[in-house]
Amino acid sequence: MTATTTARRGRIRPSARPPETAVRRRGRAWTVLAWIAAAVFFAPVAWMVLTSLHAEVDAATNPPSLFAPLTLDQYRLLFGRNITPFLVNSLMASVLSTLLVLGLAIPAAYALSIRPVERWRDVMFFFLSTKMLPVIAALLPIYLIVQRLNMLDNVWTLVVLYTAFNLPIALWMMRSFLREVPREILEAAQVDGAGLVTTLRSVVAPVALPGIVATGLICFIFSWNEFLFAVNLTATRAATSPVFLVGFITNEGLFLARLCAAATLVSLPVLIAGWATQDKLVRGLSLGAVE
Amino acid sequence: MVTRSSNRNIVSAIVLGVAIALLAACSGAGTPSDDGSVGAAGEPPPTDGATGETVAGADTITVLMVGNPQMEDIQGLTEEHFTAETGIDVRFTILPENELRDRVTQDVATQAGQYDVVTIGAFEAPIWADNGWLTDLSGYLAEDEEFDGDDLLQPMVTSLSGSDGNLYAAPFYGESSFLMYRIDLFEQAGLEMPERPTWDEVAEFAAELDGIEPGVAGICLRGLPGWGELFAPLTTVVNTFGGTWFTEDWEAQVDGPEFTEATQFYVDLVREYGQDGAAQSGFTECLNTFAQGRAAMWYDATSAAASVEDPNVSSVAGNVGYVYAPVKETESSGWLWAWAWAMPQTTQRAEAAWEFISWASGKDYERLVGEELGWARVPAGKRASTAEVPEYQEAAAAFYEITQNAIQEADPQGPGVQPRPTVGVQFVGIPEFADLGTRVSQEVSAAIAGQGTVEQALADGQRQAEAVAENYRD
Repeated sequence: MTATTTARRGRIRPSARPPETAVRRRGRAWTVLAWIAAAVFFAPVAWMVLTSLHAEVDAATNPPSLFAPLTLDQYRLLFGRNITPFLVNSLMASVLSTLLVLGLAIPAAYALSIRPVERWRDVMFFFLSTKMLPVIAALLPIYLIVQRLNMLDNVWTLVVLYTAFNLPIALWMMRSFLREVPREILEAAQVDGAGLVTTLRSVVAPVALPGIVATGLICFIFSWNEFLFAVNLTATRAATSPVFLVGFITNEGLFLARLCAAATLVSLPVLIAGWATQDKLVRGLSLGAVE
Repeated sequence: MVTRSSNRNIVSAIVLGVAIALLAACSGAGTPSDDGSVGAAGEPPPTDGATGETVAGADTITVLMVGNPQMEDIQGLTEEHFTAETGIDVRFTILPENELRDRVTQDVATQAGQYDVVTIGAFEAPIWADNGWLTDLSGYLAEDEEFDGDDLLQPMVTSLSGSDGNLYAAPFYGESSFLMYRIDLFEQAGLEMPERPTWDEVAEFAAELDGIEPGVAGICLRGLPGWGELFAPLTTVVNTFGGTWFTEDWEAQVDGPEFTEATQFYVDLVREYGQDGAAQSGFTECLNTFAQGRAAMWYDATSAAASVEDPNVSSVAGNVGYVYAPVKETESSGWLWAWAWAMPQTTQRAEAAWEFISWASGKDYERLVGEELGWARVPAGKRASTAEVPEYQEAAAAFYEITQNAIQEADPQGPGVQPRPTVGVQFVGIPEFADLGTRVSQEVSAAIAGQGTVEQALADGQRQAEAVAENYRD
């Protein structure tokens, strides 16, 4: 967001000549504000990473000891506790459910925006209404059903559930992205004799791609971070990384540094995914925001 | 026409692709029974994310436990020393205490049977046993000669038994409470700590020592809300002041004169001479405060001593004396707590589960920890024989005797001056106590922070306790 506003401002500047200094000053003020906001939001993350590199004793001092010696002990301990299965489970649940969500949401969104079905408003509202029930209220019935199906402690259960959770959000996001596809180019494609597949591939896809990436990433993040269902529906085999994380909390002994190390490690995949898709993401998210 | 046929091709290609992917994933996850034995042979177990019951063969048990340091140790030692010998693969899940309670309750109530062994505390053991959630261990105990059940400390057995007198959980490690004090500071002030101090003496010491060095508090006491935090030490103070939560016939006594006097004493003591931020100090925070030399005394769990004497964690190691829990009206006032291994009623693999429990709770495991990880890390406080091991005596020289005695002296059936309705020193053995204790502790903690009064806190507490007691009066 901030990136796009500053970029836009930069573009405006040369043409708006007379009040240039005022504009520039305001631009600078915004930049400073953006930096401060970024620093405020980033500080806890930096603190987490720093704490994860401290020894347990230094992490627990009050006032905090910023310059305590750094160590990788906590990370060594993590792998000693075998974090890998949890990461693999998380990855499996998040990636598969995200793919499923996109596979379902994109055609649905197409049918609700580019070639809207009848009463598409009702459909959209129906999808939204599934998010109105507090998740915790659904936990017990879902637990019982899953148990009867003998699917407790099974990653596929999570894949199905996360797909269901994220589908409405993905659908709403994808619909607003697809609406950005200008009518005119669709018509132009039709006039040129392009079939549905060609239109989708050569006209819709390039325009909607940032949106798809943004939607996918959000679904991935939501499933990656989900805790309530993961902790209740899994036991020893299908437990995901958030469940692994809380295992470090203990009433006896110090755990802050270890918890931070685990949290850092668990945040990495999301961070990497975000980084990899950064340029698409910024475009995608600001598209949606304008809508 | 061309587009339509290519359309169909694409669709069928996608369908085929998805089907293949699904099949591959299913068969990958659905046939891990051989992999289980691979895991047993020494490699880390494969991450088969899927399929429930079929994965865990007869030689695999699942263990749900809290993430305390002793549990981490056993997780590290199991594969090499238990699985290798017995062929039983053990899968651990670690959760915080509250999540663990929820999970076990859920698992047993719905008969899901996902866990074969769970760690439970002395608080849950009798309650869950009487609910019929746990397997009676006395039969296994009698048959397992190597386990040597007679070696277990009696108060441990009492507090882990159901009302039928049978043992429902095998202790892993146990603790009482005692008073830790800084020998150097006491010498500096010319004070002498008696072996069995009274609370009045402790208050005097705290007044003398508060601020003896910059940033050093007279005493460190828990103030963090929670029945297992603030009310663990505070209930022992109440006990020895002659108070109680409930009388034997379930009359709430929370606003009684003794309960009030004890709470007021505790709050005043920690407000005047206690550590900074006392209202937010639990066990962990107090350990920090004391281990960094910022308090002259600390009344807390005997299990803290191992950390206090560990030079890696503590700057006061070797400089700390240990005496019995301070008293007023009673002879002793230490609490009693244990983490123990229990087998949910729903377990599918009772024999293998007992084999694990017997190993984890046995003498040989203590020796194993001593030799592999150091004798200070032994899960002690449950067996009489532990204190006879010379290596342990050496490693825990400063505190092993008093720890053992404090546990022996604790009387979970009669910790105060009057008869009690349930088993338990620092808690009342009813499920409602977790909620009741936590709610009252929130107001007492507020009083420690200077918001609200003890009278108000206990008046509210009395009302809540009375509501709970009504359920139990005939």
